[in-house]
Amino acid sequence: MRRLLAILLENEAGALSRVIGLFAQRNYNIETLNVAPTEDETLSRVTLSTTGDESRIEQITKHLNRLIEVVKVVDLTDGDHLERELMLIKVRAVGDMREEVKRCCDIFRGQVIDVTSDAYTIQLTGTSEKLDAFIRALDETAVLEVVRSGVSGIGRADKILSL
Amino acid sequence: MTERLSGGEMLIRALQDEGVEYVFGYPGGAVLHIYDAIFKQQRIEHILVRHEQAATHMADGYARSTGKPGVVLVTSGPGATNAVTGIATAYMDSTPIVVISGQVANEFIGSDAFQETDMVGVSRPVVKHSYLVRSAAEIPRIVKEAFYIACSGRPGPVVIDVPKDTTDPNVFFDYEYPETVSLRSYAPSTRGHSGQIRKAVAALLAAKRPVLYTGGGVIQGDAASELTRLATRLGFPVTNTLMGLGGFPGDQEQFLGMLGMHGTFEANMAMHHADLIFAVGARFDDRVTNNPAKFAPDATIIHLDVDPASISKIINADIPIVGPACSVLAEIDRVVEAKMAEDPDALDARALADWWRRIRGWREEHGLDHDQRHRKGLNGSLLPQQVVQAVYRASNGQAFVTSDVGQHQMFAAQYYKFDAPRRWINSGGLGTMGFGLPAAMGVQFAHPDGTVACITGEGSFMMNMQELSTCMQYALPIKIINLNNQALGMVKQWQDMQYGGRHSHSTYRDALPDFKALTESFGHVAYRIDELDELDDVMADVFGAKHKNDLVFVDAHIDAEEHVYPMAIKGGAMNDMVLERVDGRDDIRDDL
Repeated sequence: MRRLLAILLENEAGALSRVIGLFAQRNYNIETLNVAPTEDETLSRVTLSTTGDESRIEQITKHLNRLIEVVKVVDLTDGDHLERELMLIKVRAVGDMREEVKRCCDIFRGQVIDVTSDAYTIQLTGTSEKLDAFIRALDETAVLEVVRSGVSGIGRADKILSL
Repeated sequence: MTERLSGGEMLIRALQDEGVEYVFGYPGGAVLHIYDAIFKQQRIEHILVRHEQAATHMADGYARSTGKPGVVLVTSGPGATNAVTGIATAYMDSTPIVVISGQVANEFIGSDAFQETDMVGVSRPVVKHSYLVRSAAEIPRIVKEAFYIACSGRPGPVVIDVPKDTTDPNVFFDYEYPETVSLRSYAPSTRGHSGQIRKAVAALLAAKRPVLYTGGGVIQGDAASELTRLATRLGFPVTNTLMGLGGFPGDQEQFLGMLGMHGTFEANMAMHHADLIFAVGARFDDRVTNNPAKFAPDATIIHLDVDPASISKIINADIPIVGPACSVLAEIDRVVEAKMAEDPDALDARALADWWRRIRGWREEHGLDHDQRHRKGLNGSLLPQQVVQAVYRASNGQAFVTSDVGQHQMFAAQYYKFDAPRRWINSGGLGTMGFGLPAAMGVQFAHPDGTVACITGEGSFMMNMQELSTCMQYALPIKIINLNNQALGMVKQWQDMQYGGRHSHSTYRDALPDFKALTESFGHVAYRIDELDELDDVMADVFGAKHKNDLVFVDAHIDAEEHVYPMAIKGGAMNDMVLERVDGRDDIRDDL
């Protein structure tokens, strides 16, 4: 079962390495990881996607909470939430392909953010499934380079993760 | 008026302000400023060890026997990495130690400088928390937080890595030691949930076949008297884990002995057949449960622990309670007392009497005092159990006993009946050979007038025997009981039982020193025992007035073929045990 955890962390040197170290040490899996400081610069927010059954997720949550620098942990997948991932993808685009790639990009509501004579760099935001679908929609041999941010997540409506 | 102190001076002053009596350490380049600050003061006594691993075990022994944090000071690089085994030992057994390691100056960090190691990185998986000091001004706050974190909640080791520039003796700061800590992300539970406590009481009162299974949390949480009061009120059988011995008086009828891999027959049988298990400060370690899938099939589990992560980790708890053992047990006892006052028949007396009859049956069938255990060794030699029993008699059951790891550890745990907490000190979680002697030294520093015995084996002893020199320097009157079977006994036992008797690298018969001569060369007293007849006389001397101020080493040459029984059968339930050797082979009973 895929789970999306939101973690508020002290924005201090070494704090993230404890989170990552915990996953390695206890044989938990990290599928994607996304981290940046929040509007309160003393805090970082991590969104981490992992897999496991209920008892495993409970253990992960408890062990995360045991880390001194972890301030709060929420399992976003417990309730309604939004999740987005950003992808930058460089696609070969020559001849007829240029129009085809552009059209595909429009369908997925992507934006071309850099252009050369034989390639586009496209920015695409959405759920991970949508990004996967876009890659599949492209000619496999046309994809030159892909970078994905990992998932960011937030609870819906008035559910707020703060201190 | 605030004082102006250098970083090194602030560090030592902060330790003084924490009430630290002893620092166990070893100097080196990165900590020389700190050592100079130590030289210029008298309040803290520094103990010079011979190896940094021993320093951490000493601090650990000090902490386990007192409940106060132990403090270690080592240099960077090899000093720090040598300390890691001791830090991991403290982590696994949740003991509060603070380890201060030197580090190369901030500006050199990451340059592969001389004696540089990323200590925060190396120690990360085995610390409760760690700090890298970035500027000297942080030192008082970091020390305050480190001690608070080490000692509160589920205790554990904290590392403070101190770059040399932050202890510069020529740069001064206003020193003020903080009165409180403010850690928004760390708030250990101080009391249990009252709804859960009510549920637990209802389950306890309804039980027909209950067992109280208690561990190191009762010792570390100073809850032995609360446990004893509740257990006595309920009249339930009590079993302790290896770490929990002394949590309930070991000489009481109500005590079933240790449980688990080498636990007593009665304790393991009671666990397996229980309808209610109340686990207190214990973590259902694999050395206790054997195969978790077959664990106590009929039991409702109440699990009380200060660390939520320990609950439902291995065995699902039906009634989890997060909180300190001490206050929660006291609260449970109050509620039980009230219920029993309301209704004198609150407990199912008839069911409990039946339960005790079964337990006594198991005890008679194969208790530790089974005749088998008092036979002479196969070839007429001394049995290790007899040596431990003699130590128990000679020390009136009042010694602090440390051990190393292996057969001798199990014999000590089985046969020395601890009647008070913080007396039995061993490396249960990590299983660190070499722990016993330095841990005994830490205990002796903490209890200068106490009797401290280290029950060890020659394999473990040789892992830290350099500390005999430290014992000489500080005149520590430790009694070392070496159960010498000229082999790595527990490894050999497994090889006997599971590897067709092929003793792959577990013996070194012709390569052992003369331990008597070795210890005497450090100025200590030594005895050698080979016969049962000599045992009590020698022990009377060792623990008597004659050697009150001497370190005494007893090299007891025991039956090398002896195994520890009972022994859990791999992959089985708790009632699957090998109980004794019959006709030279291990009798596996699977009919229980």
